Amino acid sequence: MKQKSHKGLVIALLAAALLIALLPLFLLPGAEFGGSDDAGSNMVAEVTGTEYEPWFTPVLETALGGELPGEVESLMFCVQTGIGVGVIAFILGRWVERKKWTDQLKKTEE
Amino acid sequence: MPQTQKKRFALFTVLCLAFAFVPSANAMHIMEGYLPPAICVVWGAVCLPFLVLGVRNINRKAGEQHQTLLMLALCGAFVFVISSLKIPSVTGSCSHMTGTGLSAILFGPAVTSVLGLIVLVFQAILLAHGGLTTLGANCFSMAIAGPLAAYGLYRALQAAKVDRKVSVFLAAFFGDLFTYCVTSVQLAVTYPAAEGGVAASLVKFMGVFAPTQLPLAVVEGILTVVIVIGLETYAARELKEIGYLGGNET
Repeated sequence: MKQKSHKGLVIALLAAALLIALLPLFLLPGAEFGGSDDAGSNMVAEVTGTEYEPWFTPVLETALGGELPGEVESLMFCVQTGIGVGVIAFILGRWVERKKWTDQLKKTEE
Repeated sequence: MPQTQKKRFALFTVLCLAFAFVPSANAMHIMEGYLPPAICVVWGAVCLPFLVLGVRNINRKAGEQHQTLLMLALCGAFVFVISSLKIPSVTGSCSHMTGTGLSAILFGPAVTSVLGLIVLVFQAILLAHGGLTTLGANCFSMAIAGPLAAYGLYRALQAAKVDRKVSVFLAAFFGDLFTYCVTSVQLAVTYPAAEGGVAASLVKFMGVFAPTQLPLAVVEGILTVVIVIGLETYAARELKEIGYLGGNET
């Protein structure tokens, strides 16, 4: 019915999201952009005054006998994204197609 | 059907128990091994009722409508995508979003806790991100507290007749922020500062998480609105089925 009117809004929203995500890269050249989770562990050390010794290491790191290589970590993150995008695309694709068909059906009935 | 449902329920319950009593963990993203065992168990136990309720809700919905399952899968996939995107923020460090707002709005917090748990387990095991021991605490912040806030806010805004898209945005936005606030509280309670105790420690942790997360929460709100617009356009029937459009069943 009114999906046409949403097109501009959706594009504007996505552009805004992209902008917010990318702007810091340009505003803060030279920043490290490490993980905020890591910042958390540094903060633990700072607050308590002593380096905290984790009593359990991630299963994967135990299995590997060391840290997960950065590139492999980003691979795993991509896998996670991929799984999600795949499922979303599949389901939304079905619904988009269905709407097309039902709309056509309605038209021919009229 | 009731037979298989019972089995599934039993299986899930066992799984949940395992998470609560083995090195318990459901962590937003408190690092592996960073919470003392006793605290891990406490958070795991706190999560348990939500997870059990969530699994029951999912089972019930699965029995009712096949299409609802698709919507649920989509919500889960949305969490997968959104929580895997590490985004640079104004503070010069990266963080990622939670993606749980959508499912909280559509299905309520209990169901969302199960979806969030799946993602957390995935990240804890395969990505060494978060952790199995901290799974309970992380699950509480990302999969329970955040969605609860998002859901409550969305309901309140709808009751106040605020525009639906605005409500969705605000709910997802605050849900994301609230997740990180809860994480800060969890860390502060565990690690009170030498001077000033829990409060001083809380301020410090918030100082790390909040400014980083603020722009990301905006992005999360935007993306949630976009997908909701898509769903309203193409899946109005399913949305009615789950009570998002029209009905008011949760």
